[in-house]
Amino acid sequence: METNERNGSPPAARGASEGAKVRVENLDFWYGANHVLRDVSLDIRANEVTAFIGPSGCGKSTLLRCLNRMNELIPDTRLEGRVLIDGRDMYRNADPVMVRRRIGMVFQKPNPFPKTIFENVIWGARVNGYKGDEAELVERCLRKAALWEEVKDRLHAQAYGLSGGQQQRLCIARTLAVAPDVVLMDEPASALDPIATAKLEETILQLKERYTIIIVTHNMQQAGRISDRTAFFYMGELIEADATEQLFTRPSRKRTEDYITGRFG
Amino acid sequence: MTASQQYNERLERRRRKGLVFSVLLFLATTSGLVVLVTLIVDVVVQGAQWLDWEFLTRFPSRIPENAGIKSAIVGSLWMILLTAAISVPIGVASALYLEEYAPRGWLLKIIQININNLAGIPSVVYGILGLTLFVRFFALGRSLLAGALTMALLILPIIVISAQEALRAIPEGIRESAFALGATRRQVVWSHLLPMSAPSIMTGVILALSRAIGETAPLIMIGALTFIAFLPTSALDPFTVLPIQIFNWTARPQADFQGLAAAGIIILMVVLFLMNLSAILLRNYFEKYRAR
Repeated sequence: METNERNGSPPAARGASEGAKVRVENLDFWYGANHVLRDVSLDIRANEVTAFIGPSGCGKSTLLRCLNRMNELIPDTRLEGRVLIDGRDMYRNADPVMVRRRIGMVFQKPNPFPKTIFENVIWGARVNGYKGDEAELVERCLRKAALWEEVKDRLHAQAYGLSGGQQQRLCIARTLAVAPDVVLMDEPASALDPIATAKLEETILQLKERYTIIIVTHNMQQAGRISDRTAFFYMGELIEADATEQLFTRPSRKRTEDYITGRFG
Repeated sequence: MTASQQYNERLERRRRKGLVFSVLLFLATTSGLVVLVTLIVDVVVQGAQWLDWEFLTRFPSRIPENAGIKSAIVGSLWMILLTAAISVPIGVASALYLEEYAPRGWLLKIIQININNLAGIPSVVYGILGLTLFVRFFALGRSLLAGALTMALLILPIIVISAQEALRAIPEGIRESAFALGATRRQVVWSHLLPMSAPSIMTGVILALSRAIGETAPLIMIGALTFIAFLPTSALDPFTVLPIQIFNWTARPQADFQGLAAAGIIILMVVLFLMNLSAILLRNYFEKYRAR
């Protein structure tokens, strides 16, 4: 966090990142001596689905986890550069707990808590001090995650009894319950079968009306189906970011074209 | 000889070797069991005639017919409760710190190695430590509290290690998703980590306490008395415990006292059995609670 020293002034004003919900500026990241992200700068627009694609180990998941400061939980890591949300620096003068509340995350493997469906959804809201109507919040979030109809009669049953796809949508509902404005998804469909995947993608498309969604995926068809913009990463660098249609049909970089046409990766 | 014949012949030999191996494993298992059964039978035969209500409700006496084990039973119960009350909170808290809070590094490694070593130190050494530290330096005297503190030190490493293992067994995804919801570390610990690890921590605690209830050496070192014809009324009273009473009786020449010792051993085994049983019940309860 050495770059862009601004005389210790408070976080940037809103005007600094007009149009961008999330702005990544000159981001570098290390796991120990391993330099996994190199000078990444990227703007992500509000109420769009942005897909991060690239071969394994290209840094796309690491970047995702830099956005909500999850990487800080791993010992021996280092970050330089800035992450701004609505123009506010998420690292300097920001509390990681607040950052993670604002920027929700859904993980690769469905990982509900060993509690009931109801408790899974409400827990995050409770720990953040939610004092409103719990039943109402749970229903609203489950509806947004397109799970309500399937579980409304067994809210107090164990979450582990749900199928993988249902568990993943429960994890989305749980994330929405803390009222984030950005939702990060790290290969959310990789453990799901095609039908559950289709359902999940449908849910994601519905969510973008209210949320800014960033999704890491290995599946280029998936990126094509659900994202408005796509960013292609290779070896820790951002190679190209553009409207999804543009990137998939007329990529401006040779490396991008090679990857999306299946010549490597 | 064709290749197939060769294989068949080898198959025979492989089967024979397999049979020998399984017989050896069976013998190993039964040898331990046979010794245990012999011991139990021998103790019961010797001690059964001394076992009656009087034995449980009388204080020790120089006359075998009048001797009972009341003060030792009560002493052992006090001892276990006090030891648990001291060692469980400290042990679980240490494990939480080491697993969830402490920054990774050489200091943590040194602490970890030390804890592992402490678990292997002979109990008599803890007795000497207890004598110097609690009995003399803190002037607690030869009291229940001094004994329980010593015992707590003795089993602390076992509790810490088993609690650490229980915490490590929790999938990383639980922590990650809880943090990602904007929870603080304390909230993650109280809502998820402790309830999820409670059944295994409980198992470790009970195993440790079972060891403590049978320990004699450290209490002899700190001078737990054997002839106690009254019940402790506070943690600062002198005391005796079952293994010390048993040890004392076996050291006497008269045959009657050997019988009393055997009866005492039966009582000790019953107490141990009840402890383990309650451990299993408690653990099942917590598992059910977690599953709800």
